[in-house]
This record gives sequence, structure tokens and C-alpha cells, in this order.
Amino acid sequence: MTRTLWDSSVGKKTIMAVSGLIMLGYLVAHMVGNLKIFFGPGEFDRYAHWLRTMGDPVLHYSWGLWLVRVVLVAAVVLHGVSAYQLSRRDIKARPAKYVHTKPRASYATRTMRWGGVILALFIVWHILDLTTGTVHSGGFQEGHPYQNVVDTFSTWYGNVIYIVAVLAMGLHVQHGFWSAAQTLGVGNATRDRVLKTLANLLAAVLTLGFVSVPVAVMTGVVS
Amino acid sequence: MKLTLRVWRQQNAEAPGAMATYEVDGISRDMSFLEMLDTLNEELILAGDEPVAFDHDCREGICGACSLVINGDAHGPERTTTCQLHMRSFQDGDTIDVEPWRASAFPVVKDLVVDRSAFDRIIQSGGYISAPTGTAPDAHATPVPKPDADFAFEHAECIGCGACVAACPNGSAMLFTSAKVNHLNVLPQGTPERETRVLDMVATMDDEGFGGCTLTGECATACPKGIPLPSIAAMNKEWLRATRKVRR
Ligand code: SF4
Ligand code: FES
Repeated sequence: MTRTLWDSSVGKKTIMAVSGLIMLGYLVAHMVGNLKIFFGPGEFDRYAHWLRTMGDPVLHYSWGLWLVRVVLVAAVVLHGVSAYQLSRRDIKARPAKYVHTKPRASYATRTMRWGGVILALFIVWHILDLTTGTVHSGGFQEGHPYQNVVDTFSTWYGNVIYIVAVLAMGLHVQHGFWSAAQTLGVGNATRDRVLKTLANLLAAVLTLGFVSVPVAVMTGVVS
Repeated sequence: MKLTLRVWRQQNAEAPGAMATYEVDGISRDMSFLEMLDTLNEELILAGDEPVAFDHDCREGICGACSLVINGDAHGPERTTTCQLHMRSFQDGDTIDVEPWRASAFPVVKDLVVDRSAFDRIIQSGGYISAPTGTAPDAHATPVPKPDADFAFEHAECIGCGACVAACPNGSAMLFTSAKVNHLNVLPQGTPERETRVLDMVATMDDEGFGGCTLTGECATACPKGIPLPSIAAMNKEWLRATRKVRR
């Protein structure tokens, strides 16, 4: 009775874990890249340009970036579809609620599903705002990401959307990273504390790193 | 002690159920929770009412027959089975909610009794070993390293009560299945079926309609035998290993 990964609840969790870790790796790189904004427009814009010439001369202009995008889209789709199907199964498995209910599970654990939905919606807005410029406030300038970022975080809603999403991301990573380790069978009794600490650390560093940019714009450190 | 009980009453699997309220008096602090329910049932029978149906057998915490979600906790507030839970864990005048295990894989049969045969089918699909028949082998014929023996014993403690499923917000049987898989997979006696065991038991678990694991950890908190949460990670590891091996 062998089944494919996709046909098994444990297999689908494996897909979620791997795709989640791919996205987590990307988040770390993205956060570190964002910090270049503190070195001024010249360096930040040059970094943004490098993302398109990455891999040159082997890769054609922006091929490297597109490669990353393709992998990320695949990861997002696999993660989202698996999450949806597993959630359906979970809800079906527990149709009747207890009359006597207690607050259960940590906040991060309870918010995985809706937090994930918030993150998906945020990604759409984030791309329309700072990659395509479709919903950008003020004039979006292709090739001038520094100015575009400052524009976005000069609006109240830009800050609110971004900071809410980053907090949701932090919670998601906190439970998600540790869960992925369990799903991939890395966790055991002795390693548990290390994994939990690592999850908390990753969540904290990512949250602070990402939030520092809107805060810097709001306080005028970056303008 | 005088107590107010709110108990789930349901005529049969099809009938809709509801919580019914009863008063019981003269409960000793040294009674077990089940003896307290016996007292209630005696009164119900004397009054010509239908007694509350609930599962029990050994009443010494080893068979896994007793169940009940008490005030929202599987097996009640202490980390033990309901039969080993004593009324001293409650206060005089308390109102206690008593509900059956809730999971679509554990349908209610009557009142507080649920059908846990899904667990039997998970066991049937892999909870066995191949052993030659004949006289029993010498106890020291197959050496088992001490850490492996400890690991196997820790998981062999699972009594199949289903509290893990009842406590899980996803109605998942991962803790139970991991206890059974880990118990046999670590031992030399379990090695011939090491791969098929985990693959088949996880497949049956899925087919029976149990939910998936979101690492909430409620199962391990509820488990009266202290099967730890990392057991699930250990089973996942076995499952991934088996998937790789069988593919080859
Ligand atoms: S793992 Fe624990 S809670 Fe689950 S069936 Fe076994 S003994 Fe009961
Ligand atoms: S009646 Fe046997 S464990 Fe409770």
C-alpha cells in the first residue's frame, strides 16, 4: 500500500515543510537585502539592479531573478494547496465541538491558517506595490526602488499593511519552522529545545529586520 | 460532596444528543470518577430512568477502555485515565461537564460510548511481527540494546484509549499511530516489516478519516501514559525512510 507523497497526510505535510523552508530561506535573504536601504539610495538601487544581473555572464539579464521567482511561485502554490487540503481534512475529522471548551494551543499555532491567508494576500499587494507599481502611492519609478520604498512607507496604510503582515510572518515562522523540523523527522526529545530556540530566534530576527525599514522611514532615518 | 453533572445523552448513533443536568449527593472524595458515575446510574435506575452509558473495563488504568472528556479535558484534569481519576480532584459544589470523545473517526454509539474500532484497524494493518511458531525462544536469544529497549517500552505503554484523538483539534491519530509504529520499528523483532508497517498504518489512519498533525501538542498533554510529542517526529522519520526505500 505505498502511496505518493501527495496521497498521504504525512507526505503532504512533508511538501509543506520543504516548500515552507524554501520560502523561509528566501525571507532571510530578502530581509538581509532590505537592510541595504540603510546605506543610502545609491547602494540600495545598485543592489536591486544586481538582482537582475545575478549570474551574469552565464545568465541573460534577469534570468537569475526569474529562476528564483519560478521556484518561489511553485513553493507558494504547493504550500497553499497542501495547507488547504490538509485543513479540509482536519476540519472534517473533528466536526462536533465540545460544549466545554478551553483556550487551546499557542497563539502562533492557532493563527497558522488565517495567518497564512493574510500572508498570501500581502504578497499580492506587495508585488503590485513595489514590483509592478500597479497600486503604488505616488509615481512609481522603475529602477528606483529606494524612492518607491520611501513612498510606500510615507502612507499610513502602507505602514499598517506591511507591519501587520510582518507580525503575521513572524508568528507563522515561529510555529512553522519548528513544525517543519518535526515533519521532516529532525525533532527528538534532546533536540527539541534547540529547535524551539532556533524557531524563536528566526522569527524574532526576521520580524525586527523587516519592521526596521518602515520604522526607519517613519522616523526619518531613511528618507 | 454534592455535585452538578452535565452529561451528554444520546439515544443511539443516529439520534441527536444534548447535555442533560443531574445532581448527585453523598460523593466521597476517595471515589473514582467512574464510581461517581455508578452512583448516578444507581439513582437513575431506581428512579426508572435510563442509566448513562460509558465505557470501562479494568478500572486500574491499563486497558484503555475508559474515556470521557471532563470539563474539556480528555480523562479530566489529572494526567491519568478516567478510572484512576479521583473525586478529590474536584471541589464540593462543582459543576462538571462530561462529554464523549469527539472525532468523526470515533462515532458516538450511545451517550458517552464511542466506537474506537478505527484504532483496531490501524493495528491490524501493521501492529504485528513475523515470528516462527513453536516453543518460545530464549529470552536472551535476540539482544536488544538498552536504549532501544527503553524506547520500545516507552511506546509500548500506549493503551489505545484515544485521548490523543479526543484532545486534538484536528481529530488526529498521529500520537497513537506513532506509539505503535515506534514500539515495533525499533526492535529487531519488528525489522522485517519496518517499512510496510509505517506505510500501511499511516495509510489506514488516513483512510479512517483521522485528521493530520499540526503539532499543536494537545495529544501529548492529554495522554495518560505520557507518550511524548517527539514520537510523532520519530514516526515521520520512519515514514520518509520507508518511502525512499520502497521507491527504490
Ligand atoms: S497515545 Fe496516549 S492518549 Fe493516545 S491512545 Fe495511546 S495511551 Fe491513549
Ligand atoms: S477502565 Fe481500563 S484504563 Fe480505565
